Amino acid sequence: MSDVRIITANTAAALAAKLCRVQVISAYPITPQTPVTEELAELVETKQLNAEYLTVESEHSAMASVIAASQVGARVFTASSANGLLYMHEMLHWAAGSRTPVVMACVNRGVGAPWTILNDQQDSISQRDTGWIQLYCGNSQEVIDSIIQAYRIAEQLNIPVMVCYDGFILSHTTTPVDIPPQELVDQYLPPRPPVFGIAEYSAMNVNPLILSDPRPDPDGNMAPGYMDIRYRLQQDLIAGLDIIEKADKEFSKLFGRTCGGLVWNYKMKDATHAMVSFGSLASECTLAADLLRQKGLKVGVIGVRSYRPFPKAGLLNELKRVETVTVLEKDVSYGYEGALAMDLKSALYDSGHHPKFSSYVVGLGGRDVLPKTLADETYKAITGEISHAWIDIKSQ
Amino acid sequence: MSLIYEIIWHGRGGQGAVTAAKIFTEAAYLQGFKGVSAKPTYFSERRGAPVSVHARISPDPIRTFSNVSMADLAVVLDDNLLQMVNVTSTLKEGGLLVINSSKTPEQMGLNGSFSVAISDAFKSSEEAGLVIEGNVLISTSILGPIAASSDLVDISNIRKAVEHKFKGKALERNLMALELAYRETTLFGSNQLARTVSA
Repeated sequence: MSDVRIITANTAAALAAKLCRVQVISAYPITPQTPVTEELAELVETKQLNAEYLTVESEHSAMASVIAASQVGARVFTASSANGLLYMHEMLHWAAGSRTPVVMACVNRGVGAPWTILNDQQDSISQRDTGWIQLYCGNSQEVIDSIIQAYRIAEQLNIPVMVCYDGFILSHTTTPVDIPPQELVDQYLPPRPPVFGIAEYSAMNVNPLILSDPRPDPDGNMAPGYMDIRYRLQQDLIAGLDIIEKADKEFSKLFGRTCGGLVWNYKMKDATHAMVSFGSLASECTLAADLLRQKGLKVGVIGVRSYRPFPKAGLLNELKRVETVTVLEKDVSYGYEGALAMDLKSALYDSGHHPKFSSYVVGLGGRDVLPKTLADETYKAITGEISHAWIDIKSQ
Repeated sequence: MSLIYEIIWHGRGGQGAVTAAKIFTEAAYLQGFKGVSAKPTYFSERRGAPVSVHARISPDPIRTFSNVSMADLAVVLDDNLLQMVNVTSTLKEGGLLVINSSKTPEQMGLNGSFSVAISDAFKSSEEAGLVIEGNVLISTSILGPIAASSDLVDISNIRKAVEHKFKGKALERNLMALELAYRETTLFGSNQLARTVSA
């Protein structure tokens, strides 16, 4: 018997944290993430969730608190958006560097100035190089399912996971969401195993993570230094590609649905043209692909779910037969082009297969995106010579 | 391409458009539509200012979250809004306009190739006792004329969705307001939307 409720992605995120039996929550409210903090606070206050809710004075402290709680073994959760996320920036590096399996919901919102409370993905993309795993959700079902998977991934790798979903577009939109039963979530996600213990024979060796120089540990063995520890993080993130894929496979065995693993595709089987995107924009692209197929163009869509680690092999496999690639994204590396476009181009360079490549920036600060617009611009990219452009600029 | 019915709700901040849209969305799901969505448009929303909700109902899961450009159904929670928002400019030809009003379409200056369903939701809610600190709550009564003028969602499923939302006395009053507004609906023009949906 499924339990489908008509809820927002924010409610889905709060319910996911509850189903994962998180033990410590610390978050500072910011639009459009605020309802997540409100709903979790209520669940804790009404004793429906047995967790500590730490109220703090800033996002920096929120992240610092959950890192501390995670280091002593708690399962922790936080959420933020835009400028709040940026205020955590230093602590995001710390969470990854100290290998704490923090899970955070990032409710994507454009970054000021000028002020906007509406959606784009500049906030999470600007945190790309902090060492976090980033998963992007195309709808609210993927939000609840991905947060549950995120704990499994984070606790296996001891790497924090950011589950990103679009502000307002998903966070405040009600849609049907199938709520996973608690017993199955418990089966999928056992309590967090204790990772750091104090050995009785060498009780001084309590924090091996933040020594920056290689030096002998209490047993006389050489402990890794800063660069070695960072190398392990990189190696483990790359190895994480398999872990993320497996986490989704195991999930689908128990719950009967998938989030697509690392990358999902739509009508790619016979496609000669690929639209590549992430988040809810990738979902819009599936309708644009339908419109272009009515025009006789064999267009498919690739949705990037795991952006970091970057699923290079999976993407190249999807793209090996296409003649054109059009990337559409809600972020930009100012002074160059979109982040996804740059990553995908570098992957294609290595593969030796060089389809015609176009990239678009679209929907910044909540500017509405219609599937028809995406179809029209992709048509221009397929038939013309577009290297990089911005869609729907109203005044130059 | 699958059939998709697009709805724009027009209200004022605090008037209940978001709540009404959410209840209606749930009722549509109970009716058997697998894809339903309701997206409030946000920016400088505040009590009294015009707000809108963009909703979709489809037999298949919803894949677009963009704003609705041309609606099959427009719902207006307050006829004063007609002076501030051009609600018919985003209504499809042959669409249905549902308005909370005590006036006729002529009195409101409504004239076009769409049908109009009118019910006095304020009156129905007042009669049902849905008044808090002088505010008449119409988020359920406004659903009455939608059910009465189209075959999109049955009144029985709207009742069920209302039952999920309210309890006790509040539920009784909301169900009564819904019933009164449903019965007091007048439909002007042919019932195009109903025909489209059952086709």
